Amino acid sequence: MRLGRLWRSGEPFIWLTGGALALALLLVAGLVGLILVNGLGFFWPKDVVRLTLADGRAITGEVVEREAVPGKAGQYRIKLKVANRDLYGADFQWVEEARIARREYPAEAVVIERVEWGPLIGTIRELRKSGKPVAVGSAAGWAEMEKRLPEVARARREIRSIEKGDIGRINFEQEKIRLKLRRLELRGVTGGPEVEALQKEMATLQARYTAQEGRLAALRARQTAGVLVAADDGKEKDLPLAQVVDAYFPNAMGVPAKARHYLAKVWEFVADDPRESNTEGGVFPAIFGTVMMVMIMSLMVTPLGVLAAFYLREYATQGTFVSLVRIAVNNLAGVPSIVFGVFGVAFFIYVVGGSLDRLFFAEALPTPTFGTGGILWASLTLALLTVPVVIVATEEGLAAIPMAVREASYAVGATKLETTLRVVLPAVMPSILTGLILAMARAAGEVAPLMITGVVKLAPALPIDSFWPFVHLDRKFMHLGFHIYDVGFQSPNVDSARPVVFMTTLLLLAIVVLLNLFAISLRNRLRRTYAVAAV
Amino acid sequence: MAAPIQVTASLNPPAGPSGIMEMPMVEIDGLSLWYVEKQALRDISMSVAKHRITAYIGPSGCGKTTLLRCLNRMNDLVDGVRITGSIRIGGTDIYDPGLDVTELRKRVGMVFQKSNPFPKSIYENVAYGPRILGVKGGSDLEAIVERSLRSAALWDEARDRLDESALGLSGGQQQRLCIARAIAVEPDVLLMDEPCSALDPIATAKIEELMLELKASYTIIIVTHNMQQAARVSDYTGFLLLGELVEFGMTRALFTNPRDKRTEDYITGRFG
Repeated sequence: MRLGRLWRSGEPFIWLTGGALALALLLVAGLVGLILVNGLGFFWPKDVVRLTLADGRAITGEVVEREAVPGKAGQYRIKLKVANRDLYGADFQWVEEARIARREYPAEAVVIERVEWGPLIGTIRELRKSGKPVAVGSAAGWAEMEKRLPEVARARREIRSIEKGDIGRINFEQEKIRLKLRRLELRGVTGGPEVEALQKEMATLQARYTAQEGRLAALRARQTAGVLVAADDGKEKDLPLAQVVDAYFPNAMGVPAKARHYLAKVWEFVADDPRESNTEGGVFPAIFGTVMMVMIMSLMVTPLGVLAAFYLREYATQGTFVSLVRIAVNNLAGVPSIVFGVFGVAFFIYVVGGSLDRLFFAEALPTPTFGTGGILWASLTLALLTVPVVIVATEEGLAAIPMAVREASYAVGATKLETTLRVVLPAVMPSILTGLILAMARAAGEVAPLMITGVVKLAPALPIDSFWPFVHLDRKFMHLGFHIYDVGFQSPNVDSARPVVFMTTLLLLAIVVLLNLFAISLRNRLRRTYAVAAV
Repeated sequence: MAAPIQVTASLNPPAGPSGIMEMPMVEIDGLSLWYVEKQALRDISMSVAKHRITAYIGPSGCGKTTLLRCLNRMNDLVDGVRITGSIRIGGTDIYDPGLDVTELRKRVGMVFQKSNPFPKSIYENVAYGPRILGVKGGSDLEAIVERSLRSAALWDEARDRLDESALGLSGGQQQRLCIARAIAVEPDVLLMDEPCSALDPIATAKIEELMLELKASYTIIIVTHNMQQAARVSDYTGFLLLGELVEFGMTRALFTNPRDKRTEDYITGRFG
């Protein structure tokens, strides 16, 4: 009786609805918070602790986490990131706190990031040149090393620019000549002045290639300096300076120095290429691939979806058939994305790409050009996946434009086409953009169909570069979503890659938010200009 | 006082209030209209005098708006409409299959019951029709826009905000903008479908004043619910009931001395 009255008062229902909203907000906040905490902390330089155990052994590393020892009440153990994968065989080590005799934070503990094997933690013993000591001891060794590091970085950049730029260009031109020769061969020309001219060109290129190789060898030979680092258990590592990316003394750094280091690391993560099977370095190619794919997808899906919606709403006679089409379009939005991926492979790659290859790139066969996964096919597959979203949003927008507005246009003598293009299209723009926002959000987060239509773990080159025709839509590309899966669950060292997973997730979120903000601001501007009178 | 003109199927120009022979602008002859099975207009014949205001009055659903929308063939947009009879505007049969409907609509402008400006700037709203006609931007177009806005008595209020959205105007201003938009293409006839039904008395008075000014240049046909309005502004009034033109004549005669009992019942408020 009283319960019934309470329910009818409406109060419990308000609490129920409010509670549901609060729960949803809490979940979202929790998700973002978890990613932020796990991702953002990764690049902050942690202090290096040296533990001396009861038996006299010393272990040096960064404290990663602390937990209760299973089965022993009141006892804790800590997980140390000891790094030095090549020396110890494992990156992490558990230490029971009960066994620890002493904890120190030695100022001379150095963390060295290198090209291979992950970070190195230890103490600088000496700096060597061609195997002979130049400076001995931590302070002197570091002073000498710090002097040489800029030179090392410069050499590394130069080597990369030769490999990617000069040699890349030579390879590209050689491949072009090879294809030209092959084309002649397919036509039955195997000799003659044309072929000879090409072969001569090829020889020139080969000579240029050898010259560049020589430059590389010389650069590499000049780098003879190395650093000897002492690690635990009397182990030592003689590390060539050429492999050093960065070195710092976390225990000696104040907060400002750590902050500077942190920002540099974050920038490197966003702007650099990956290293060490993607677990280190940056994710720039993946960011680039994700954004470019979403852009191409948007370019494809918008005209297609908008035109289809215009026919459905403005021209088709409304009836059972159109209703069926509408239902089918809505259902298409619910089809699992991998199904679209399979379609992409079967239709775009095998049928369309295969035909393109046979017609225009016959000389390159059996190596496929468009007959294999690539950014174009992946974008098209996603465009197909998201086209229902754009159709539905545009149709809703069209339905919301009052008939009176169209009549006003007819009444001054405009034709249906003029009315559609000059009145209806501008007025429906905000709805089109709403559809595009939803489509982009969906596309940026999709991974499954991409895995089979063109995303790779490591792409050798970006889809846009300085070689003609500059935009290479046939290239395979990297994608943040796939990167998360690959680094987090397929890499050889999952444990040390975990923070990278969170950082990458954070980036993916940021990119989706940025793309959406851009589209939303555009839509709001259009709304102000074209707002249809609220009826 | 002049005798009420007898308007019949004959298209003889009726005598005007001043006793001068009136020029017919619109001649309707035996017009019937069906929405699929339902007949909405029954054998309507009348002629509308040039540069006069003609009002259609009648209760809701009597067919006055339908009749109005026949005059610029707006009913073509509705599925299942069938029409017999003929309508001539300026001597042209507007249901001639060879006639270009868009040409007709340029000559017969329309103002709707609810103001329906385009979601564009004030300037673009007025410039829309001329642009459709092929007037390129520039001083020509600016002159047309200014003249139309002046004619619609909106220039002084809108001159400083031509680039602002038309939707920021008040209801009365929006309706005057719609009038400016309609007259920007210089039509012969202006159809007004209850143009003041959504406006307050002050805005209504402005529109009525405007209509009286506009009739010097345009032939105006107005549909209205408001009998006082018809009495105030129109020269001729037609009373429709259930799709039938019950009575048509000079306004003052129709209101003071109706010939049909049904007209009398309606204007004295006995039904409707």
